[in-house]
Amino acid sequence: MSEQQPQAVKFYQTGTHTVGNRLLDETKRTVQASLDRSNAITSGHRACQGCGEALGARYAIDAAMRATSGQLVAVNATGCLEVFTTPYPETSWQLPWLHSLFGNAPAVATGVAAAFRVKGRKDVRVIAQGGDGGTTDIGFGCLSGMFERNDDVLYICYDNEAYMNTGVQRSSATPPLARTATTQAIGSAPGNVFGTGKNLPLIAMAHNIPYVATATVADLHDLEYKVTKAMGMHGARYIHILVPCPLGWGSASNATIHVARLAIESGMFPLFEAEHGEVTHVSKIRRRVMVEEYLKLQKRFAHLFRKGGNDVENIARIQRMADHNIKRFSLLDEEAR
Amino acid sequence: MLHQIEGSEAVAKAVALCRPEVVCAYPITPQTHIVEGVGALVKSGKLTNCEFINVESEFAALSVAIGSSAAGARTYTATASQGLLFMAEAVYNAAGLGLPIVMTIGNRAIGAPINIWNDHSDSMSMRDAGWIQLYAETNQEAVDLHIQAFRLAEELSCPVMVCMDGFILTHAYERMDLPTQEDVDAFLPPFEPVQVLDPANPYSIGAMVGPDTFTEVRYLAHDKQLQALKLIPEIGAVFKGVFGRESGGLIHEYKTAGAETIIVALGSVNGTIKEVVDVMRGDNAAIGSVSICSFRPFPLDELRAALIHAKRVVVIEKCLAPGLGGVLASNVRMALRGATLPVYTVIAGLGGRAILMSSLQRVFTAAGEDKLLDLQFLDINQESVDHELERAGKTRQSGPTAESILRQQAKRKGVGQ
Repeated sequence: MSEQQPQAVKFYQTGTHTVGNRLLDETKRTVQASLDRSNAITSGHRACQGCGEALGARYAIDAAMRATSGQLVAVNATGCLEVFTTPYPETSWQLPWLHSLFGNAPAVATGVAAAFRVKGRKDVRVIAQGGDGGTTDIGFGCLSGMFERNDDVLYICYDNEAYMNTGVQRSSATPPLARTATTQAIGSAPGNVFGTGKNLPLIAMAHNIPYVATATVADLHDLEYKVTKAMGMHGARYIHILVPCPLGWGSASNATIHVARLAIESGMFPLFEAEHGEVTHVSKIRRRVMVEEYLKLQKRFAHLFRKGGNDVENIARIQRMADHNIKRFSLLDEEAR
Repeated sequence: MLHQIEGSEAVAKAVALCRPEVVCAYPITPQTHIVEGVGALVKSGKLTNCEFINVESEFAALSVAIGSSAAGARTYTATASQGLLFMAEAVYNAAGLGLPIVMTIGNRAIGAPINIWNDHSDSMSMRDAGWIQLYAETNQEAVDLHIQAFRLAEELSCPVMVCMDGFILTHAYERMDLPTQEDVDAFLPPFEPVQVLDPANPYSIGAMVGPDTFTEVRYLAHDKQLQALKLIPEIGAVFKGVFGRESGGLIHEYKTAGAETIIVALGSVNGTIKEVVDVMRGDNAAIGSVSICSFRPFPLDELRAALIHAKRVVVIEKCLAPGLGGVLASNVRMALRGATLPVYTVIAGLGGRAILMSSLQRVFTAAGEDKLLDLQFLDINQESVDHELERAGKTRQSGPTAESILRQQAKRKGVGQ
């Protein structure tokens, strides 16, 4: 179970949802608050304003750097994160970093881990990372292979629910009804279709790997905690981080964290941890919101909120998805009902 | 030490003598015995300090190899045919990243129609991926080329493919001289990478490069191949010094002195060609042959010097460039640019069709009289082709070609009625 459970202070007792870093014991304070944070993705990169991926990756990699005392190698799939951090001859990466292809980051990481193992460098650990396209679509075969062999790699998926780097095309992580460049908001069934997509955290769990977790940029402390926990384990581990994309989602660039929080609070994105295929911890919804609140901040769902009236039927279908998540993962406790 | 063993097993042992640290394995005929052999050596403890990784595809095999090589481990894998195509993206990537991976290709045809037998369509498809491509004429040379390949790859920081004919070499049992560990250790120094993933000295490897620099990066890939043109013969000479036999190099000439007709080919078919050359020399024909060992880099100058005094060149090649003819022949013509002697292309041995001495002799004799077409197909069944063309011309829904030809041939033999 989560180490955060025994914490006496509930963060939201201050009346906001701000995580009160200074309320925490010093050893539990965020990595970013520390002077010796590694700045693994240093400033000056080319991410858009409000990029959820840049934020998530920065926190994830810095947490992993602390957990490994800087003995870390990162492998990167092709995608936004790769492109905005390394326009030659500049690089944001302050750790050894390797980009090979779009669909092979998990296998490349397997190779890196094997090399360090054979060289007796047990202290050097390996992270592979990619977006949802590189993870749930084109890299899925290599990812499943890495899981199945239980290679000593933490794979992090930064999920912004479409191919943002190529101009917002649908991936198998794109939610129903979302407008993308290949699921246009036109015709009798605008946006992405229902009944498609894959839930990669659950698929990862089906491999019975040591650790699977979901996280968002709305709770960066929880993200750091999960990355730190993952780096304390060996074998194949998977963390799926929801990272809103202002460009692709059509949300305000100052609303990234708010949108991510609404994804959690609506039940659209359940936060949980699983070990060896079993769910071991679920983060309860604090103040439940209806999906409408989450959807209406995003222009990719604008066709549900037209002047002539809301698309009540389709909003209800998405609400049912959230309700299903809430039931499936028991996301509500008594307080939040 | 002499052994009577299968080509694949010999290559597995040769690779093991090179002390690879990471070996990735995915089965595909006719390469499979090689990775099985390496795996058995690791499992039995005869090859130590080696991670043998069973992966889920060829794309993963070479991707794992990219990761381990970038982290400084001597890395080996093997593939063939569809497997090479499936990893194509990683093939280019490994070269672009300058990773000295050694990979065996058990040469095999590419489908459709699916065909497991030997030709060179697979490795030819990757000829311009930036890898060095060496073609073994015999199993002994396959063994020797692997040992040379690691040294070549690591000196240049460039991946090397050792191509050996599927079945003809991979599955042939013959006598081979396998070197001792001491000799291989003396020949092949430990791998010292020019770039490596190391937390003590963090590099970013694989950054995005734009129009401002891409041409220069590509030129340097070409320059690396030009350096290999010098290095391959040098390594061959060092190899001879340590192991006492000639192996590798850029080209092998056979009875080219005074030859009016010179045959050019890659790989094991050179054995058959030399036999035919001997027979025809016995009949006073002025004929010789050149076996090309290094196809990439392509030894333009050496080949030109070997061919320029002939009256004609006949290229026997196990690969077809549909719509053009021969790949190797086009390269040979580049070596002979400005010269007027004809270069005939003979497509032979596709999908494992046996290349017979009698067929070769017929073609070489016709070449000696300049009665060859620019492009011909050795032992093609023209009747089958004509029948199929006629049949397909009559009906729109003519169905799959391969199956139609098989059915027609079965009918003629009176079976399957």
